[in-house]
Amino acid sequence: MKITNQIIEKHGLKLEEYKVIQKLLKRDPNLLELGIFSAMWNEHCSYKSSRIHLKKLPTKGKKVIQGPGENAGVIDIGDNDAIVFKIESHNHPSYIEPYQGAATGVGGILRDVFTMGARPIALLNSIHFGSTSHPKTKNLLNGVVSGIGGYGNCIGVPTVAGETKFNETYNENILVNAMAVGLAKKSKIFYSKAKGLNKSVVYVGSKTGRDGIHGASMASAEFDENSEEKKPTVQVGDPFTEKLLLEACLELMKDDSIIAIQDMGAAGLTSSSVEMASKGSLGIQLELDEVPCREDNMTPYEMMLSESQERMLIILEDGKEEYAREIFQKWDLDFVVIGKTNNSNNLTLKFKNKIVGQIPIEILAAKAPVYDRKWIKKKIERKEIKIKQLKKVKLEDALIKILSSANHSNKSWVTNQYDQMVMCDTVQKSGSDAAVIRIHNKDKGIAVTVDSSANYCKSFPLTGGKQIVCENWRNLISVGANPLAITNCLNFGSPENKEIMGEFVECIQGIKEACEFLDFPVVSGNVSFYNGTNQKNIFPTPVIGGVGLVPDVSKTLNHNFKKENSTILLIGKTYGHIEQSCFLRENFSISEGYPPEVNLNNEKNNGEIVLRLIRKNLISSAHDVSSGGLLVALSEMSIGSKFGAKIFKPKNLTNKLEYFFGEDQGRYIIEVDKSNLKQVIEILNNDKIYYENIGKTQNKYFEVEGELNIGINDLFKINNQWYNNY
Amino acid sequence: MRSSVIVFPGSNCDRDIAVALEKMQFKNQMVWHKDTSLPKTDLIVIPGGFSYGDYLRSGAIAGKSLIIDEVIKFAKKGCLVLGICNGFQILTETGLLKGTLLRNKNLKFINKDINIKVLNDKTKFTSKYKLNEILKINIAHNEGNYFTDSNHLEELEQNNLVAFKYCNEKGDIDEKSNPNGAINNIAGIFNSKKNILGMMPHPERMVDKIVSNKDGLNLFSSLLN
Repeated sequence: MKITNQIIEKHGLKLEEYKVIQKLLKRDPNLLELGIFSAMWNEHCSYKSSRIHLKKLPTKGKKVIQGPGENAGVIDIGDNDAIVFKIESHNHPSYIEPYQGAATGVGGILRDVFTMGARPIALLNSIHFGSTSHPKTKNLLNGVVSGIGGYGNCIGVPTVAGETKFNETYNENILVNAMAVGLAKKSKIFYSKAKGLNKSVVYVGSKTGRDGIHGASMASAEFDENSEEKKPTVQVGDPFTEKLLLEACLELMKDDSIIAIQDMGAAGLTSSSVEMASKGSLGIQLELDEVPCREDNMTPYEMMLSESQERMLIILEDGKEEYAREIFQKWDLDFVVIGKTNNSNNLTLKFKNKIVGQIPIEILAAKAPVYDRKWIKKKIERKEIKIKQLKKVKLEDALIKILSSANHSNKSWVTNQYDQMVMCDTVQKSGSDAAVIRIHNKDKGIAVTVDSSANYCKSFPLTGGKQIVCENWRNLISVGANPLAITNCLNFGSPENKEIMGEFVECIQGIKEACEFLDFPVVSGNVSFYNGTNQKNIFPTPVIGGVGLVPDVSKTLNHNFKKENSTILLIGKTYGHIEQSCFLRENFSISEGYPPEVNLNNEKNNGEIVLRLIRKNLISSAHDVSSGGLLVALSEMSIGSKFGAKIFKPKNLTNKLEYFFGEDQGRYIIEVDKSNLKQVIEILNNDKIYYENIGKTQNKYFEVEGELNIGINDLFKINNQWYNNY
Repeated sequence: MRSSVIVFPGSNCDRDIAVALEKMQFKNQMVWHKDTSLPKTDLIVIPGGFSYGDYLRSGAIAGKSLIIDEVIKFAKKGCLVLGICNGFQILTETGLLKGTLLRNKNLKFINKDINIKVLNDKTKFTSKYKLNEILKINIAHNEGNYFTDSNHLEELEQNNLVAFKYCNEKGDIDEKSNPNGAINNIAGIFNSKKNILGMMPHPERMVDKIVSNKDGLNLFSSLLN
């Protein structure tokens, strides 16, 4: 078959890229080889547009065992325990087929984690939908939530935290990001680097079908009106098989049989074999007749590009084949030696006694294109919003509007569809600033959370990037965790658009600055470009997943007020920054202006002091102040508890709406029992931390002196109606 | 007291129940679904999860697995059998318990803490609870909507074979407190000899204050007696 321009384009490759292939190969590729190039060189697998910028991120630290570049990142939490975690996007498939797209997103990220020898202990997700009035939203929401639940519930890993957001920017391109967290022994981590010649390359797991062929290429292109036709490229998940694969892999990992292991994710057999060989500077030969197939007459092209789920590739030590085979047979899984490593430095594919494809590994991996795409700095138009010129709105009405909005409503409609308790180590479920999972049989645990702020990132990507890292850090601190490291999922529009590329570069810069300052390294991540339809790009939406250490889970804090008559302190300064606030968006549909500034110094100082107070058992609840500002944060502390609050009329008030709804960063609300107040204030004063005494807790009512007084049961109802009415 | 937990492919609460049993000093063993004999045991537990992926119908394939003949044999000889969640579904598939578990009335998976009321405290599973005691227990299922024919329902109610019913915090058994549509708010039932208990709520999730409460503990301490 002659390779025409049309075929090249269909493979998502540019003509210039094809010319590079010809040059590197010193000949024309055949169709199979072209398919393999397209799988390895697409944006999703090669990171060709993002690579040079990702390099700027801090990835090292005292606690980092493995940074980006492996299946997942690994951090040290002491006592030979390691936490393995990563976040990944499954946006494009989920828009086309929400249930399967979301389900296989969860399945894929779980495999990334248990491939490294970790038992998954928690799942998180960040899901973004279009406007609630968009005709597709309801169906997508239903499908994605049940897909996430369907996979996680079945495999038996608790889904403990996440965010569900709505914004018309995602009308034609939703975001589904899934994060998995696993626990491994520090001394028993498995990597994907092949070692040794003539070692068996083993295929385990499900059979290969025709599903998902070119899935990674689909995820590397924009959508158009024909996107529905791409349904066949969405993979179908089988959490039951994944559960078997998980148990079989972990059983085999108890021994020293495995040299290298890699899951078959995007670009399936192609990327897993190339990655292992490339990392080990080896060659690999695959006998494609041996590949277990689900359908008849599958061609080498289909086998190499299928994205059938629940499959792994393993390189075994000599003589371990029978031992390993027994384990996989016990779990009723396929186990076939499909190839050997060699010193040819080639990927060699044999089928029916003929070599049907042969490509030097180096060309596929290290020589993949890297682009320094054009980008421009965002022009930020300063448009000041004068609150006094807006229509008058009562504090109470504005609060109710926010609490009853889709974005701020209680999410139990979503989270009740996820098993949050299986494995019996969930100390704190979703609904708090961060979830807390106990390390099995120990007193310590980890806190996990995911965050994003697309509106901030859209209006000022640099500040937005910083802000999400800080918010994530604050969320971990608020439950009593030492923040350790993050994973990021960078969801952006087309990198070929220089403004979008600018958003990307600046967001990365912001993330970098915050991570460096807070000593909060990035250990894994994923980039998802081309989120848009017909050249309409989504808001830049980096999602940050953070992990922190809780030394004693019995001291975990949540944000519910604990008793009457405690003092409520606000840590951090309130300037009343109202632009880009939830208040303006929900009440006036205004989404212009700057996001609040991020002062990393204050973030660090305020965070460290709150953590110190928690460690000394001096505070009874803590909550970070984020979207919605002070009043929303305070009402959240009342809604989950039996106690309300009486908030004093603030002094030096310029404008009460700005004071109560401004989204200034670096702030926490803490509840302090009267008996601890003196000591807390002493510590805050000694460290010159800015704080205000803003009120006290009280029974049953949420009150702002002279402004509003709502029963907390009513507040609960206001906050719990949206999903049930949707 | 010796216990055996049956592990099917797709079981996912097997570790949780083993932890709870061992915490209560049971001598516990895990039994693989392909085994054809059971060890000496006083209690068999069929744990929650998605045995065989819940394919065909939840519990259906497990109900025909190799080990299940042994479970039926033991149960008929009077051995205590506890089926939780998927375990309850499996027990109805084997015929050891009558009735069936339909999809939840809202057609969604539900995970939350709900209240159940103890309706019979004179059994080996419930003797440490008080009659009408209200327990807060976690549920996590897609098919927990218990249904049975009117004759069997009458038998259950008349002969005190309903172990637990869903209720509200005050103990009222009403439609509002029924999470899944189960007939008569039934959350768990006994066989006529009361040596088999099937229940949708997860007592093994409620034995540790740090993660939940201890409302499930007395089920295990009853069994120890």
